[in-house]
Amino acid sequence: MSTFNISVNGQPKTVDVEADTPLLWVLRDSLEMVGTKYGCGIGMCGACTVHIDGKAQRSCQTPISKVGASKVTTIEGLAKDGKLTALQQAWCDLDVPQCGYCQAGQLMSATALLADKPKPTDAEIDAQMSGNLCRCATYARIRAAIHTAAGAK
Amino acid sequence: MSAILETPPSREFNRRSFLKVTALAGGGLMLGSYFNLGMSVAEAAPGGGGQRLNPNAFIKIAPNGAVTIISKNPEIGQGIMTSLPMLIAEELDVPWSSVTVEQGDLNTIYGGQNAGGSTAIPQNFMPMRQLGATGRALLVQAAAQQWGVDPSVCTTKDGWVYDAPSGKKRLSYGELATAAAALPLPPADSVKLKAQKELKILGTRVSGVDNPKVVTGKPLFGIDVKVPGMVYANYTKCPTFGGTPVSANLDEIKKMPGVKDAFILPAAPGMNAGVAIVADSTWRMISAVGKLTVQWDLGPNVSQSSDDFAKQAAALGADMSSVTYPEGAKVVEGVYEFPYLSHSTLESMNTTALYKDGALELWVPTQSPGGAQRSASDVAKAAGVTASKVSVHIMRSGGGFGRRGITDYAAEATAIALKMEGTPVKLMWMREQDMQQDFYRPGGWHFMKGAVGTDGKILGWNDHFVGVTGSSFRSGEFPIVTVKSSTVTSGVPTGPWRAPGDNANYWATQSFLDELAAAANRDPLQVRLELLGAGNIRNYSNTRMMGVLQLAADKAGWGKQLPRGQGQGISFAFSHQGYVAVVADVTVSQDGNLKVNKLTAAVDVGPIVNLSGAEAQVQGAMTDGLGAALFLGVTVEKGGIKESNFDEYPLIRLPDAPATEVHFVPGDYSVAPTGLGEPALPPTAGAVCNAVYAAIGKRIRTLPISKTDLKWS
Repeated sequence: MSTFNISVNGQPKTVDVEADTPLLWVLRDSLEMVGTKYGCGIGMCGACTVHIDGKAQRSCQTPISKVGASKVTTIEGLAKDGKLTALQQAWCDLDVPQCGYCQAGQLMSATALLADKPKPTDAEIDAQMSGNLCRCATYARIRAAIHTAAGAK
Repeated sequence: MSAILETPPSREFNRRSFLKVTALAGGGLMLGSYFNLGMSVAEAAPGGGGQRLNPNAFIKIAPNGAVTIISKNPEIGQGIMTSLPMLIAEELDVPWSSVTVEQGDLNTIYGGQNAGGSTAIPQNFMPMRQLGATGRALLVQAAAQQWGVDPSVCTTKDGWVYDAPSGKKRLSYGELATAAAALPLPPADSVKLKAQKELKILGTRVSGVDNPKVVTGKPLFGIDVKVPGMVYANYTKCPTFGGTPVSANLDEIKKMPGVKDAFILPAAPGMNAGVAIVADSTWRMISAVGKLTVQWDLGPNVSQSSDDFAKQAAALGADMSSVTYPEGAKVVEGVYEFPYLSHSTLESMNTTALYKDGALELWVPTQSPGGAQRSASDVAKAAGVTASKVSVHIMRSGGGFGRRGITDYAAEATAIALKMEGTPVKLMWMREQDMQQDFYRPGGWHFMKGAVGTDGKILGWNDHFVGVTGSSFRSGEFPIVTVKSSTVTSGVPTGPWRAPGDNANYWATQSFLDELAAAANRDPLQVRLELLGAGNIRNYSNTRMMGVLQLAADKAGWGKQLPRGQGQGISFAFSHQGYVAVVADVTVSQDGNLKVNKLTAAVDVGPIVNLSGAEAQVQGAMTDGLGAALFLGVTVEKGGIKESNFDEYPLIRLPDAPATEVHFVPGDYSVAPTGLGEPALPPTAGAVCNAVYAAIGKRIRTLPISKTDLKWS
């Protein structure tokens, strides 16, 4: 076990865990931030998506020892002072979630997409979002919500 | 963190209106904040249809007018946590914007609390409306008493009661709630529901009540539960179904960091034998599972395999060769084959259980909270814990699809909790365990043979359905079909999977119907309309089915001439009492790449509660059925399942999800609708495969479609 100092949503956090502990479980268990989800453990479903220095990453594949001083952003850190982002608002306005389990990961991937490509094409949405599974298949509304949020900016 | 979940912010109750606290187990909520003991729990006791639910259990109105409505059923993504409260709010006559919804725990005062079979809306449409209307009637009565007028001259609007004679007086529901709760319930037949033209909420688009929490990552799901002092458990079972653990390296596991205990559990009611590992964090638990070695008695099913099942099925279906048709008939024959499927809910199976002071407390994501209670009490019987001492908190489920009605995972958590008395235990299955310890959608075969006459009419259709242990096939839809059924014995556990009995069988029957249409050189839509038009359809209305067929065809532009490589296909299904027709528009590239461009659905289930939720269920069910048809299947090897994660079980992803269009046949709100969680799934695979045939002349008789080479020139 070792001590790790990381930055999560702009806040410094200190955890004592084994070095191979995935960031996913540091977030969920050590920091009690359960917005980031476990779906597969092998980086195939995207439910664990966070941002590391603004880039969408699968936290189940990121050992805590590799995080270092990078800035980690989670779903809990998107809304500022309770104000939903355009994407979060579009997700609500278009009633995107069904069971909702995948949606934090979907939003993290979509947020990274719009930061990089403010008005993405359908092909760009395909490429960015293909790593996020939705078992309820809300994909048509995810796509529509991304376009809506892109238009709102 | 001391709270289990973030509790909703407390309303600003006037302390004087808290006169009594309910003694109901689980904390029933109160109209006007106190429970009138004159309204007995017996009035809300579970019974058959005709159970009268007590508005006091479901509605809380604060003096400031804020309305809290309890949603009694588990939310698994079907939107029931939004639609049931909508029904109450409509008849209560409050603005939807004033409503907050809370999830109810398992409690007999709520009546039935299951999610499954597309039954919640049909069973609750009238009772929830009745409940809301009863609440409104009580509030009107309270106002009328205060004004000294007859209730019949009072009206309500948006949470206010108005005195019609004076036209000047009004009282808010908040001001009236306390008095209203003191009144006896009015006779049930005196409570009137709104007329269709008065409806303000039903039939509109309403966003899911928990969406703001979902999009901000609030704890909602079973897997998110955290209770003070909680430990993290896993349960490893034999990879071969029916096998049991003989021994394991428990001493080595118990020495690993953070491991609290490791032990073998025997089979118990509702659960199989396995090896439990308990640790102080999820990662330490996972790390320990990674080091676990178990010596298994593999049991009686170890020689079973998909290949072997197929051979047995072929032998059984070989009798189709003896079926003959009249001289001159054009004969069509083919074997339709579909695999076992996993449920693969994105949130894996889990339950948190606490055994303390002779009682059990469970936090379960489940489709059957009563089932979870039974599973727990069955396992805990020897410890003297009866069902009345098992409380169940209903958590949001990250998907159900039928899997979460089987509460083996709650039994396992209970068994582990019994060994860790006083310590809350969160049992979590890893994805690999979830995929390999499922209750699968059974595989099967249809050995089909049929014939058309020179006049293009169907002369005969024989279907030898070969299922596996646990299969079902609702045969007898059309009088022309002669059905025989056989079963291949299999040790693979099976369970309901979205539209059980329909989800693959409709693919086979609608595809073969197209084969007959093609043999007759006739339009598949016309053949269907003719078959339905002949009447004598078992169990459903042929006119309603013809209605959705024509509607889907019209909306999809059926009949347009398309170049080779593009095609449209059509199918229908009667599933869970709903009528659905789907038209698929596809493109097949010459190198065999299939793209489903659009799915157009026409749906007749009667009146729609939440237009947004209903549309979502149809979109989701179609895409679910599409994904399964395109890509999915699990393989039985050595009596167990080969596939273990999403790299081998490729759920459909966003780039392959087609555009969808959903059209509802308008319904009559004075008649309860039928459900929508499942009915749109069964017609999809047939529509897609029929479209592929239209595009390139290749018939798909095996699922998943990915097994068929679609190259053409």
